[in-house]
Amino acid sequence: MTEKIKWNHKDLVSLEPLSKEELIYILETAKSFEEVLKRDVKKVPTLRGKSVLTLFYEPSTRTRTSFEMAAKILSADTINISTSASSVSKGETLLDTVKNLEAMSIDAIIIRHSFSGAAEFLSKRVKASVINGGDGRHEHPTQALLDILTIWEYKNILSGLKIAIVGDILHSRVARSNLIALKKLGNEVRFVGPATFIPETFRELGAEIYYNLEEGLYDADVVMALRIQKERMGSGFYPTEREYARCFSINKNSINFAKKDAIIMHPGPVNRGLEITSDVLDDKRCVVLDQVTKGVAVRMAVLYLLLTGGKVEN
Amino acid sequence: MKIKIDNLTIVTSSGLFRRSLLIEKGIIKRVSEKPIQAKNVDFTIENEDLLVFPGFLDMHVHLREPGFEYKEDIESGQKSALKGGFTAVACMANTNPVNDNATVTHYIKCRSKETDLPVDVYPISAITIGLKGEQIVEMGDLKDAGAVAFSDDGNPVENAEILRKAMEYSKCFDMPIICHSEEKKLSKDGQINEGEISLKLGLKGIPRESEIIGIFRDLMLAKLTNARIHIAHVSTKESVNIIRWAKKAGINVTCETCPHYFLLTEEEVLGYNTFAKVNPPLRNKDDILAIREGLKDGTIDVIASDHAPHHIDEKEREFESASFGMIGLETMVPLSLELVRLGVIDFQTLAEKLSRKPHQILRLRPPVIKEGEEANLTIIDPHCEWILEKSNIASKSYNTPFLGKKMKGRAVYTIKGGQVFEVKD
Repeated sequence: MTEKIKWNHKDLVSLEPLSKEELIYILETAKSFEEVLKRDVKKVPTLRGKSVLTLFYEPSTRTRTSFEMAAKILSADTINISTSASSVSKGETLLDTVKNLEAMSIDAIIIRHSFSGAAEFLSKRVKASVINGGDGRHEHPTQALLDILTIWEYKNILSGLKIAIVGDILHSRVARSNLIALKKLGNEVRFVGPATFIPETFRELGAEIYYNLEEGLYDADVVMALRIQKERMGSGFYPTEREYARCFSINKNSINFAKKDAIIMHPGPVNRGLEITSDVLDDKRCVVLDQVTKGVAVRMAVLYLLLTGGKVEN
Repeated sequence: MKIKIDNLTIVTSSGLFRRSLLIEKGIIKRVSEKPIQAKNVDFTIENEDLLVFPGFLDMHVHLREPGFEYKEDIESGQKSALKGGFTAVACMANTNPVNDNATVTHYIKCRSKETDLPVDVYPISAITIGLKGEQIVEMGDLKDAGAVAFSDDGNPVENAEILRKAMEYSKCFDMPIICHSEEKKLSKDGQINEGEISLKLGLKGIPRESEIIGIFRDLMLAKLTNARIHIAHVSTKESVNIIRWAKKAGINVTCETCPHYFLLTEEEVLGYNTFAKVNPPLRNKDDILAIREGLKDGTIDVIASDHAPHHIDEKEREFESASFGMIGLETMVPLSLELVRLGVIDFQTLAEKLSRKPHQILRLRPPVIKEGEEANLTIIDPHCEWILEKSNIASKSYNTPFLGKKMKGRAVYTIKGGQVFEVKD
């Protein structure tokens, strides 16, 4: 089926414009790259001669490293820029920075920025492919793709699942990208957490809303905890960490409401003991590290599709 | 200069009539049902499709001078007004230095006269020093220097006690307090209207309630003090309903809206279009309809532009760091004519909202088309179609979501101070 797909997107800034078939095509491509990751010599020449830039205006461990790994395995040249060590700290605008970097013949730019829409803004103004590595509270497409690849591996299906995403939905780009993609694939997506983090308007975007943890987790196939940003405490989103953990923490009691074979996920970084407890994290149903591995495969697939249109044999 | 207008439709408060006018040295010498014979006429206007209105006043503009001349200055603002068909504007106080004292007001008045452009500029003073919401300005001194109203536009006075005092004190001078009504703590860091689109784009929303609560507070303070207030840029359905109720209840309030609030919805911001970023934010279909209803039944007295020029560098950037506001002077006429085309209001009501009401609110003598009166006229071609382009904008800035759009109708002449100004591309 996917043989027939013609890839004609220059950028990946949001999962919204992708069809169900295109989402599956990316996932299948990623699956084929997983095989490369298991080899002794992890190197293929697919993107030789292409240059890939990571431009991160926010701190990151997983995403940046994962993209760099993915590009290197595909033999692309990589350049990493972090804002503290660049002209950004001298007040250069985002657009000027990128235009200058693009003048050095960059083929793809992976950007992370604290402003929603930063990736889309760039994608409309540069010739290079732009990949959104997380923009504000808007989207984080490759995170959702790697989450779904992980779900696919463990559940063997891509639709008809009940997926509970728990925590700070409002500020989460991971939740938004997952909602879009999981709904397109035909799943039930539940947003679970305190009402301060889940405006009811999310219903209009297709989510089910639960303000009670046990009800939200009931019969779920997948439980995904989101990171709670501690700086939000005191600004009214939740009264104290103790109260939050008491009402909304994924722990050995609350996880029992989900299906017995439910998988437990977290995009990281984790606050142990706040949104999820250590015993659950160390449970065999927890697939957090698999998510990280899948991340490299997904990013290889995205780079490959954007830079070659899926036309080069790997 | 002798100007003759042959057999055009004149729009007056008592109706529309076919008349010929003779204007000499800036005064309407004759108004006649029959063609006027006159010698040595310098300029004749005889296109019978044109409509003659009393001169338009835009009571909510930002001219940016002093301090932000890279966005706009008084002269370019006057040119933009002329091109849009306005013979007068009232400009907001958020300049640098802030217009919170007679010296700045005097400076604005003088600068606007030095340009020799036939557009009167009426400065609106701040309510509080530095727009800080703490100390009330010297209202008497400002009035003498030429200020016509008080407003901390964009920085509403947060302390209700201080606003109460300002309202009370303003009564001594019969000058209105213009309220940008907003509960700032509720809309803090907000970018666009709160709702499905703000969630989708991951932008912090501005709940409609921040405007509604702000308006209600300001109305209650006006009731308490019996002061005269004018609510700026009404954008929600509920705002219209509350003001309608307040007027019935005898509260001394008038209000305005802007073309973008009766024509555009929040969908304009999709794709992170910063030209559609404005405060109050664009709302939804229901609000547009309610605002049209308010214009129709007279709840909304005035159409103003909230002309807010910004340099392209302040707009061509990430949405969250882009400035709020859009220019509007040059699109006011075609966009307001849309209301006539939609059957919401007639030409006479349009004249009320663009000329008579704003003059009355600012206690300025409204222009009238009568023998012996000063010739202060805006002449409109309601049918001509044109495209709004960067190259035909007179303002220094071009931040408007209507850029590239087809416009219908425009001002073709303004007559003021004995001069004819012909609008050309």
